[in-house]
Amino acid sequence: MKVRKSLYAATALALVAGGGAVAEELTIATVNNSDMIIMQKLSPQWEEATGNTLNWVVLEENVLRQRVTTDIATKGGSFDIITIGAYEAPIWGAQDWLVSLDDLGDDYDYEDIYEPVRNGLSANGSLYAVPFYAESSFTFYRTDVFEAAGVEAPTEQITYDEFAEIVAKVHDPDNGVFGTCQRGKAGWGENMAFVGPMVNAFGGRWFDMDWNPQLTSDEWKNAINYYVDLMNNYGPPGASSNGHNENRALFADGKCATWVDATSAAGYIFNPNESSVADKTDFFQAPKQVTDKGTGWFWAWALAIPASSGKVDAAKDFLAWATSKEYVELVGESEGWVAAPPGTRASTYANEKYLSAAPFAETVENSILAANPADPTKDPVPYTGVQFVAIPEFQGIGNYVGQQIAAALAGQQTVDQALENSQTFAVREMTKAGYIK
Amino acid sequence: MARAVSTQRKTITTAVAWLLGLMMFFPILWIAILSLKTEGDAIRAPIEVLSSVWTFESFGAVQQRSDYLKHFTNSVVISFGSTFLGLLIAIPAAWAMAFVPGKRTKDVLMWMLSTKMLPPVGVLVPIYLIFRDAELLDTRVGLVFVLMMINLPIIIWMLYTYFREIPGEILEAARMDGASLREEVFFVLMPMAIPGMASTVLLNVILAWNEAFWTLNLTAADAAPLTAFIASYSSPEGLFYAKLSAASIMAIAPILIMGWFSQKQLVRGLTFGAVK
Repeated sequence: MKVRKSLYAATALALVAGGGAVAEELTIATVNNSDMIIMQKLSPQWEEATGNTLNWVVLEENVLRQRVTTDIATKGGSFDIITIGAYEAPIWGAQDWLVSLDDLGDDYDYEDIYEPVRNGLSANGSLYAVPFYAESSFTFYRTDVFEAAGVEAPTEQITYDEFAEIVAKVHDPDNGVFGTCQRGKAGWGENMAFVGPMVNAFGGRWFDMDWNPQLTSDEWKNAINYYVDLMNNYGPPGASSNGHNENRALFADGKCATWVDATSAAGYIFNPNESSVADKTDFFQAPKQVTDKGTGWFWAWALAIPASSGKVDAAKDFLAWATSKEYVELVGESEGWVAAPPGTRASTYANEKYLSAAPFAETVENSILAANPADPTKDPVPYTGVQFVAIPEFQGIGNYVGQQIAAALAGQQTVDQALENSQTFAVREMTKAGYIK
Repeated sequence: MARAVSTQRKTITTAVAWLLGLMMFFPILWIAILSLKTEGDAIRAPIEVLSSVWTFESFGAVQQRSDYLKHFTNSVVISFGSTFLGLLIAIPAAWAMAFVPGKRTKDVLMWMLSTKMLPPVGVLVPIYLIFRDAELLDTRVGLVFVLMMINLPIIIWMLYTYFREIPGEILEAARMDGASLREEVFFVLMPMAIPGMASTVLLNVILAWNEAFWTLNLTAADAAPLTAFIASYSSPEGLFYAKLSAASIMAIAPILIMGWFSQKQLVRGLTFGAVK
């Protein structure tokens, strides 16, 4: 109640200071996930306090990406607020497609947002999107299955070789538990989100300092051979069509002993209403191999304002409200602390209520702080991004490579063929785009 | 003389037809089943799904979060509006091609059909810019116009085929009796072509109702039809299968009901002119 009152007071004050600002009707385009559903549910409080209204356009992630790209590139002005990810924010910010968000008011605590998150959403020293949740990756494991197999859970970061040994021990398909479930569905945001950090761990990189693709390097070959062998030996059948959702459902249904995936799924796996393994799950870091750099991915969903919006002031006011410390508290108090937006603010992880409601909090915080998009690989690279490369061409390249690796996993081609095809495609695209002369 | 068909052959043919019918209908049936489950149950193995509790909670959640009526109204206006606007243009065009064909009529017909072969995304940016400058983005008028343009070749082709089956002598007789062109089209041609026109309307309403490229790309909050309503429940991160299924059932139910009641006209229209 206290939080709500202080939020009303703050917005009322802002209104008075604004000197009778006209109520605006804002259109917000967003993805469909549980954090945004909560935001949509709570936003009438902001509407009541400010007199502004919000029209919500909710779309599937890839449809939203295409829809918003078209609108921004043509200066269509259909949206005043958009949801974008850590991939788009620096690219679009550098293109001046987004409004700089360095001035959200004196009360807005920028320093409280984790530095890797701020850096991941900035371009040329300016913040272009403010996060409403951030995630890294870590390993979910079944405590009961480990115990039954006599395996001790790691307390330090293990290597992928050690991980494979553990997986072999806990693999028990006769009792319906597979050793590991990992993403296999093709897509830069699906299988490549897992494969990218794994390649980093094996010492690989997407490009050298001259933007030459490195997809046929020994590091890539070792990583992808390891991945295909691991999944073929210990994964569920049909793994090449399993994405985040499918694996999440499998793990929640007790079918997987281990799963390296988004830290943001922890809230779901820990919810006994949605998961049958809520009290039998724990976590350890995503494995390393020859290096521990870039082994856990970094992703954030954030709110931004397109440069074509004519209602920038009202949009900034909403962003300041929806990504504030006070909003996190509001969600915690009204929806339960386990549902509070994770991974963005230090204050959330200093809050005792959150820490007691979310036993995974500390591991999530450590994983996010360890992810460094600016220095993701063993050897130097000209790009930023852990599981993606923050250049416009990556979406096409990442999807193609994802398809090739999914085909190798499904047994339709060899790993060498998949990587040869990927290399040829990447060289062609990078030459066409002018990176390679 | 009718060919004799053995009972065994009839049985096999009927069984195959039923099997094919069930296979085609199964996805819709499964969506209907999932829509009546909780999110937790909807992701379980098929046998477990069937044995779990039945509930309407997903429909309630969808209705609470999205304005179904607004999306439904937009779908009705856009699909019927574009079809009837298309008919206004297509009837005279098909009449001219069927009864007063020129040397290039066949070429024109083929050219019109060829526009359907262009991938829509190829013209997205120019159309988006035109819509932006004409202030048609996120308006029902804009969508009616663009869907009419997209379906116009099909409407003209269908009407042309039906009109060709009508003997020109009947129209000639009407003209001899002093009927004007308008009277000839409205009082002689159209009543005879009603089954064909009904199926044209039905098919194009269905096509416009299901169109998901332009309706997603040219709308935001105001003119979004049921395709956008469904898209809002799809997510690669997060489980919304039950709600997505409920939203899909709510979106396709009107067109399924319409198709069910008009199936006789639809089949009659589609086979109209099949016997030469």
